[in-house]
Amino acid sequence: MALQSRPRARGMTPRDRVLVGLMLGIPVLADLAFVWFPALSSVVLSFTRWNGIGGLDQIKPYGVENYRIAATVDPQFWPAVQHNAIWLLVFVCLATPLGMLFAVIIDRNIQGSRVYQSVLFLPVMLSLALIGIIWELIYSPNYGLINSITGHNHDDNLVNWLGDPHLNLWAVLVEACWRQAGYVMILYLAGLKAVDPSLREAALIDGSNAWQTFFRVVFPVMKPINVVILVVTLIESLRAYDLVYINSHGPVLPGLELLSILVTQNILGEQTRIGYGSALGVVLLVISLVPISVFLYQTFRREERP
Amino acid sequence: MTAQARSTTAPAVAAASRRRARGSRRAARVAALVFMITATVLWLVPILFALYVSLRPVEDTAQSGYFSLPRHLTLGNFTDAWTQSDMQRYFLNSVIVTVPAVLVTLLLASSVAFVLSRVRMRYTLTLLILFTAGNLLPQQVIITPLYRLYLLIPVPEFLSENGLLYNSYAGLILINVCFQLGFCVFVLSNYMKSIPHEIYEAAVVDGASLWTRYWKLTLPLCRPALAALATLLTTWIYNDFFWAIVLIQRGDKRPITSALANLQGQFVSNQNMIAAAALIAAIPTLIVYVVLQRQFIAGLALGSTKG
Repeated sequence: MALQSRPRARGMTPRDRVLVGLMLGIPVLADLAFVWFPALSSVVLSFTRWNGIGGLDQIKPYGVENYRIAATVDPQFWPAVQHNAIWLLVFVCLATPLGMLFAVIIDRNIQGSRVYQSVLFLPVMLSLALIGIIWELIYSPNYGLINSITGHNHDDNLVNWLGDPHLNLWAVLVEACWRQAGYVMILYLAGLKAVDPSLREAALIDGSNAWQTFFRVVFPVMKPINVVILVVTLIESLRAYDLVYINSHGPVLPGLELLSILVTQNILGEQTRIGYGSALGVVLLVISLVPISVFLYQTFRREERP
Repeated sequence: MTAQARSTTAPAVAAASRRRARGSRRAARVAALVFMITATVLWLVPILFALYVSLRPVEDTAQSGYFSLPRHLTLGNFTDAWTQSDMQRYFLNSVIVTVPAVLVTLLLASSVAFVLSRVRMRYTLTLLILFTAGNLLPQQVIITPLYRLYLLIPVPEFLSENGLLYNSYAGLILINVCFQLGFCVFVLSNYMKSIPHEIYEAAVVDGASLWTRYWKLTLPLCRPALAALATLLTTWIYNDFFWAIVLIQRGDKRPITSALANLQGQFVSNQNMIAAAALIAAIPTLIVYVVLQRQFIAGLALGSTKG
């Protein structure tokens, strides 16, 4: 004990103490003031009503009324929840497994691996705004690639991929998966590279085939990275915003409502409803606490015990 | 009898199963190859198609659609997009926001990471969790109060002409820094923990102050991680859409990525030109893609695989 505390005493002159205070203090304060304070304020404001006009004294208590309005009155709320859920499901069941499959195949060093990796990774570098714009050329009803190939580009048989409320969510999800699969692929490749190669060799010598080796040996060893990918997938599907904004060209199109979009409608839209916008933010916060807790638990569990 | 039969057939069965295994392995290989080539071609289609459309005059495509043979190809859309809009201004805005944001984030994150990983103190874990969790929140959770905060906080005139964080470069830099801090603290503190203790003990014996140990010892040792993070941050902040859309009101103050929404409105009748503008906006990230791809991937790997 005495031995352990000695370096601390020796290392910390009063000047060092001030330095540590600054090095830690400034970033912690910034993070608290501009990330955590707004996050917690969302919770408080969600029980109030304020149209943003006048000072903070105009904020009036409103009970759980904002949440009641969301659940029973707002016609966009439940569609948004449903769309977020679909977004999440498509990411979990389609984009993520596809990205993992890409990674596993590329990791086996088949011919042209580097080319596939570079191409599949390209959308990850592009902004979502750009992705939304270039996919509009594919979906355009009169001129677009899909309708031209399928012959639906005449005025009497147009398929309006981004306008039709039954189709547009799926069309935008294709854009989102185009990027997400590459993202997952890169993360998973990093994990695969970190797997001890002798593990795989041992499994192969024991007579396991490639599938068995992957599912019984590699996949379990990669549990930490699997959790990271699951967390990334969940968080990304809650954050989804840019594609819908760009593809809507203005107020959100019916069929594309997302919780994230409704939040900003209440601060940027025609009417400012700070309390209501905050309540929608809190709904997002509560859902996102699930993946966040999972990640924190996995990452910091071991460090609690010294 | 059965024993005898087994003994004669066993080698044959084994050979057959080996042959079958080799055959199925080759089939799997071919299937994997076909699958990857198909995916790669499909993945290229949107980008190549956008490039193709942006090279064609709008009169051509208005007549026969985007999916048609070209009568002539031209760079006209690119030059028009560049000259008929404020793209130069938007690019400059991107530089004004991205460069300081990346540098400040790395400076602050590395100093926090250094203290958390190299100074014995209480609440280390709590602070690490605070930063890490903050980075995982969806931006929309904090935007409503943040937006009001930005309308309330006064800043000196030289930082913002309207005297508020709202609609100012300083405000946009600030939120990008605060939001990216968490990820960088997480990555850098993991990285610094892997630096051997002995190096620091030797430095203390040599009389190196805390600052020297941070600035002259730790930061140079972290150069690979800092380079990877700088690449990631530059791409992410340059590609940011959300913060600038909400926190910057005036179009001419927006960085290029969020200004694409303005250009969409400005060139509404000419998708070819919008595509050209979007591709021009992608040039910096494409340079990163070609030159710094390894750094970018290394950064993602550092964030996802913890030692």
